[in-house]
Amino acid sequence: MNIFKSFIQITWKSTSGRISLIIFGFCLVLAVVGPHIAPYGPNERCYDAAGKLLRLASPSWDHWLGTTVLGRDILSQMLWGAQTAMLVGLLTALGTVVIGLNFGLIAGYFGGRIDAILMRITDILLGLPFLPFIIVLLSLTDRNIWTIILAMMFVMWRSTARIVRAEVMSLRQRQFIAAARTTGANDTDILYREIAPNIMPLAVTSITFALAWAIITEASIGFLGFGDPDVVSWGSILYDAYASQMMYRAPWWVFPPGIAIMILVTSVYFIGRAYEEVINPRLQERM
Amino acid sequence: MSMFWFRRLWQSALTLFTMLTLMFFLFRMLPGDPTATVISPALYPKAQEILRMQFGLDKPLWEQYFVYVKNLSVFDFGLSFHTGRPVADEIGSRLLNTVLLVFPSLITAYALGSIVGAVVGWSRGSKTETILVFLSTALQSAPVFWLSMLSILYFSIQLDLFPIGHIVSPGKFPDETWRMYFSADFLHHLALPFLVNTLYQFCFPFLLMRSSILATVGEDYVELARMKGLSERSVLYRHAMRNSLLPLATTLPMTLGWAVAGSVVIETVFSWPGLGLLMVEAVGRSDYPVVQAAFLLIAVLTVLGTLIADFLYTLLDPRIVNE
Repeated sequence: MNIFKSFIQITWKSTSGRISLIIFGFCLVLAVVGPHIAPYGPNERCYDAAGKLLRLASPSWDHWLGTTVLGRDILSQMLWGAQTAMLVGLLTALGTVVIGLNFGLIAGYFGGRIDAILMRITDILLGLPFLPFIIVLLSLTDRNIWTIILAMMFVMWRSTARIVRAEVMSLRQRQFIAAARTTGANDTDILYREIAPNIMPLAVTSITFALAWAIITEASIGFLGFGDPDVVSWGSILYDAYASQMMYRAPWWVFPPGIAIMILVTSVYFIGRAYEEVINPRLQERM
Repeated sequence: MSMFWFRRLWQSALTLFTMLTLMFFLFRMLPGDPTATVISPALYPKAQEILRMQFGLDKPLWEQYFVYVKNLSVFDFGLSFHTGRPVADEIGSRLLNTVLLVFPSLITAYALGSIVGAVVGWSRGSKTETILVFLSTALQSAPVFWLSMLSILYFSIQLDLFPIGHIVSPGKFPDETWRMYFSADFLHHLALPFLVNTLYQFCFPFLLMRSSILATVGEDYVELARMKGLSERSVLYRHAMRNSLLPLATTLPMTLGWAVAGSVVIETVFSWPGLGLLMVEAVGRSDYPVVQAAFLLIAVLTVLGTLIADFLYTLLDPRIVNE
């Protein structure tokens, strides 16, 4: 919680950070309350007064963002989708950084054979085609948002591990580590009490990048038709629009999901950058 | 020096070998009968048996693995379960289509990105800089398949300037000869996905170049160049930019493999018959000889790219000495 508080405080200092935090906070609130304030269910078919299915209705007072070819309300789908994007994004980013941080700490600190093995694993993961490999993993199991989160975590930790490892290797040589060792601290103490706190700023920036990347990846999985069939996501809305071949007649179907992803991910990038600038004064000087 | 490269090569080979072994067994866990399309259940059991033998599926898994590795060593990737044709033939033309789409746009994006990034970074604090940095971050945040859909909506449907998808007009080159790649029709189909991909790929080199130009401000050699009385323009192009090109030159080869793998979504939207689209289709059909070969190809590209990047690094920056 302490890290979280200082993270908000630090980011709040810059104008772009403040605006981005407000936008992100707004999306977060929408994700939490979205399904409750959505006027219709995500897969509910809407009918007009005469009882006719509302196919591809353009935006109106009853349907702010119009309807899909199956008569579904796009605004409601967007609100349910916000929850999917946020849940999948946050859990994936958190998991990715926790795994990557631990592997990076262990590889960088112990070096030798452990380091060699862990680095070869990251080499393999870096060599694999990112999205197709996730799709392979998803084909092995049931497709639901939990397996999507796990599959993304399984591939994405590699980058964090490498960045953290490089930092740990330089920290290992420092005076305070030698000092801790003379006081009789064991490896676990040194790793998690002395080194890990110094890695935290790096871990926090990694989380923002992982979050941005996870949101886009989840949308791409949905767009390719490999998403959770029971859950509406922004990617799956675009998949429906594309697969129905009706997007040419209904531009209002195509715009909202992409704009939402763009706004959310942009705010995440700017939050990460604002935090980095304050944490790393050399960057700030240059701005 | 040579010892370092020898070890790097050995490590890369080991990585590739471990990967292809893991993939071999992983893909065989994919659900569904992959041979259903080639070996029809309607065939006589005897005929099914013969076909299975042709694909080597009657042998135990470990034996299949040794046959696979042995065949790989002479660049035989096996037969596709879906079409029954050799995998090398299936993948070859698809790879060419992806390379023709991805590499030109990647190189254009890096060239443009580094120039615009340098000019913009040099005039730091200007309004243009703020706007361009914001725009490229927003562009980078948008899913590329959505940008593709928008471009089709506007340029193909609204303005009717470009075809909606595919590599050439249907029926124009029925035998798909190499002549197709030299036709105006092909270029017409290539234009829109090329533009979208270039625009999307532009963001990263642009932002990278801008920040490394910012890092040169105040460096001694830049001040010295100024003191020599060089114009601002030559200080930028001859001195600051040259040094800032280093991180770009080393990331470009590394991105080649990723760009091929990342073309999946853009190829899907434009129905571009490339390697990315083939991979997704092949996973769906559990056609693992094709998936394996495609994955291996991309891994080789990535590993080679990383080696080239490391080599360029030592070549361009003599201060780097490998242990």
